[in-house]
Amino acid sequence: MIVFLLKRLANAALVMVAVALLAFLIFRFLGDPVELMLNEQASQAQRDALRIRLGLDRGVVWQFLTFLGNAVQGDFGISYRNQQDVFQLIGERMPATLELVLVATVLSLVIGMPLGVYTAIRRNAPVAQALQFVSVVGVSLPSFAVGILLILAFSVTLGWLPGFGRGQVVQLGWWSTGFLTPSGRSALVLPSITLSLFQITLVMRLVRAEMLEVLRTDFIRFARARGLRDRTVHFRHALQNCLMPVITITGLQIGNLIAFALVTETVFQWPGMGFLFIQAVTHVDIPVMAAYLLVVSFIFVSLNTVVDLLYAVVDPRLRSDVVRGGAGGG
Amino acid sequence: MAVDVQAVAPRPSRLARFLKGDIAWSFRKSPVAVGAAVVLIVIAVTAFAAPLISPQNPYDLKQLFLDKAELPPILSKDGEWPYLLGTDPQGRDVLSAILYGSRISLAIGLLSVALAMTIGVTVGLVAGFFGGRVDNLLMRIGDTVLSIPTLLVAILVSAVFRELLPQNMREGFSAAILVLSIALTGWVQYARTVRASTMVERRKEYVLAARIIGVKPSRIMRRHILPNTLTPVLVAATLNLGLAILSEATLSFLGVGMPVTQPSLGTLIRIGNQYLFSGLWWVVVFPAVQLALIVLSVNLLGDWLRDALNPKLR
Repeated sequence: MIVFLLKRLANAALVMVAVALLAFLIFRFLGDPVELMLNEQASQAQRDALRIRLGLDRGVVWQFLTFLGNAVQGDFGISYRNQQDVFQLIGERMPATLELVLVATVLSLVIGMPLGVYTAIRRNAPVAQALQFVSVVGVSLPSFAVGILLILAFSVTLGWLPGFGRGQVVQLGWWSTGFLTPSGRSALVLPSITLSLFQITLVMRLVRAEMLEVLRTDFIRFARARGLRDRTVHFRHALQNCLMPVITITGLQIGNLIAFALVTETVFQWPGMGFLFIQAVTHVDIPVMAAYLLVVSFIFVSLNTVVDLLYAVVDPRLRSDVVRGGAGGG
Repeated sequence: MAVDVQAVAPRPSRLARFLKGDIAWSFRKSPVAVGAAVVLIVIAVTAFAAPLISPQNPYDLKQLFLDKAELPPILSKDGEWPYLLGTDPQGRDVLSAILYGSRISLAIGLLSVALAMTIGVTVGLVAGFFGGRVDNLLMRIGDTVLSIPTLLVAILVSAVFRELLPQNMREGFSAAILVLSIALTGWVQYARTVRASTMVERRKEYVLAARIIGVKPSRIMRRHILPNTLTPVLVAATLNLGLAILSEATLSFLGVGMPVTQPSLGTLIRIGNQYLFSGLWWVVVFPAVQLALIVLSVNLLGDWLRDALNPKLR
C-alpha cells in the first residue's frame, strides 16, 4: 500500500514539474518579463529589484528553480496588464468559478441520476429512447452555443434572468459568495445550466449503463424473488451498487469542469478565473496565463491522485497488482 | 466446368464487394446512420462548393451593401431576396457566411484529426514494437498531456504559436496553428490504442517470420502490423472528428482561433454574440444550428460505426 501511495504521489509530482516547466518556458521566453511587468517610468533600481525577485540574474536552471519555489509559495509575479499581484488576482476570481462548478456538479447529479435510472428501468419505452437520443444531442451541442441560446431566450426575449455578470455578492472573509443575495442566485441559473448540460448527459449515460449491468445480476433476481417492491429493488439494491463509479467520474470531472468553465464564463462574462485567463490570453498577459495553468493543473492532478488512492483503499486488487509490479501502474 | 466459370467471370470490384458486405448492410438497416450521412454529405458538398453556389462572396467588400444591412430572414416580414437567412450589420449575407465558414470548420477538423492520427499511430507503433525505454518515455509524455485539461492545452499551444510568429504572418497561419494545437492534444488516444494492439501483434508468428527473412523493422511496422491495428483507430477518428470540430469552434469563439477575416463557424458565433442584445438573433442562431448539425451527424455516424465494427454486437 505504501509503495502504491508513494508511486502515485511521485507520478503526480512529476506531472506537476512537467507542467511547471511548460509554464516557466512560456513565462521566460515570450518577451522579457521585467520589461513587460513594469511600466516605462520604472527606475533602473526597480528593474533590478524585480530581476532579482524573479531570479532572472542567474542561470536558466536556477531561474526555473526560483520560479518553482516562488510558485509553491504563491508568488507568480505581477500581471503585465494591470500591475497587480497575480496570486491575489486569481484568489479574488476563484470563488466565482468554484461556486459555478459546485452548482453545476450538484445539478448534474440531481438531474442526471434519475434520468439514468429511468432510462435503464424502462429501456424500451418511447420516452427512454427519446431521452437516449437527446443525450447524444446534448453531447454534440457546443456549450457556448447553448449559453448564447439560453441568454437569447431567457434574458433578451423573456427578460426573466440576467444574462451576464454575477449579480450582487457578499464578502465572507476573502471568499465572495453569490448564494446569499436574490440577484446572485438568479445570475447563477443560466451559467450553471450551460456548464452542467454535458455533465448531465454523462451522468445519465453512466448510470444507465451501470444499472443495466447490475439489474442482470443474481442478487437482484433474488431480491425480486423475495417479493420486494420494484422501487426497493431499483433504488435500495441496484442504484446503490452503481454509485461508486458515478461518484468517481463526478469527482474526476470537477477538474475538467473548472477548465471548461472558462467557456461558460466568457459567454456570461462571469468574473471567474477562466474569464481572467481568456482576457490574459488576448492581452498576452503571460504571468496570469502561467499561474492559471499551474493552479488548474494542480487541482486536476490532485483530484486524479486522490481518486486513484481512494480506489486503492476501496479495491484491494489494485494494490496487490502494483506490489507484484504488474501492468496496472500506468 | 466450375473452374471455367470462375475463370471467365470477372472478380467483383472492391466497391461491389464493399456494397455487399456486412458494413454496408448494417448501414442500410440503420435509418439514423443514413439520415446523418445524408445531412453530412449535403453540408460538405454545399460547404466545399461555397464559391460556386453562395449568393455572395461575404468577404469581397465590393459585394456588401450597407443599405441591405440587418435584414431579417426571408420568412419574416422585412426579409429580402436573395438574403435567405438575413444579413449582419455589415450587410453580409448570413447564409453565404455560413457556407464559407463551414468549409473552414470542416477542413480544420479533418486536417487536425488526420494529423493527430498520424502522430498517434506512429508513436503507438514505435512504442508497442520496441517496448522498453522508448515505450516508457513516449507513454509518459502521453500521460502528461492527458493530465492537463485538453481545452487548456489547445488554448496555450495556439496562444504561444501565435505569439512566436511575427505580427503580419499571424492571420495567414491561424488555420495551421489551430490544426496543430488540436492535433497535439488528440494524438494520445490513438497512440494508446495502436500500442496495445501492436504489443499483441508483434508476438504473432507472421511477424516472427518476417523478421527471420530479414524485413526491416520499419517495413514490418508499416506493412505487417499497421493494417491489423487500424479498425479501432478508424472508429476513434470518426468520433474525434466531432470533437475536433467542436474544439476549433470553441477556440475561435474564445478569440484564439480563426480571425474575423477568414471566419469559421466559431468565429461567426463570436461575431454574432456581439449583437445578441440588439435583437439580431439570426446572425448568431443560424451558425450555431449549422455547427450543431455537423457535430451531431458526425457523432451519430461514429456511434453507428463503432457498433457496426464491434463483432460482439453482430
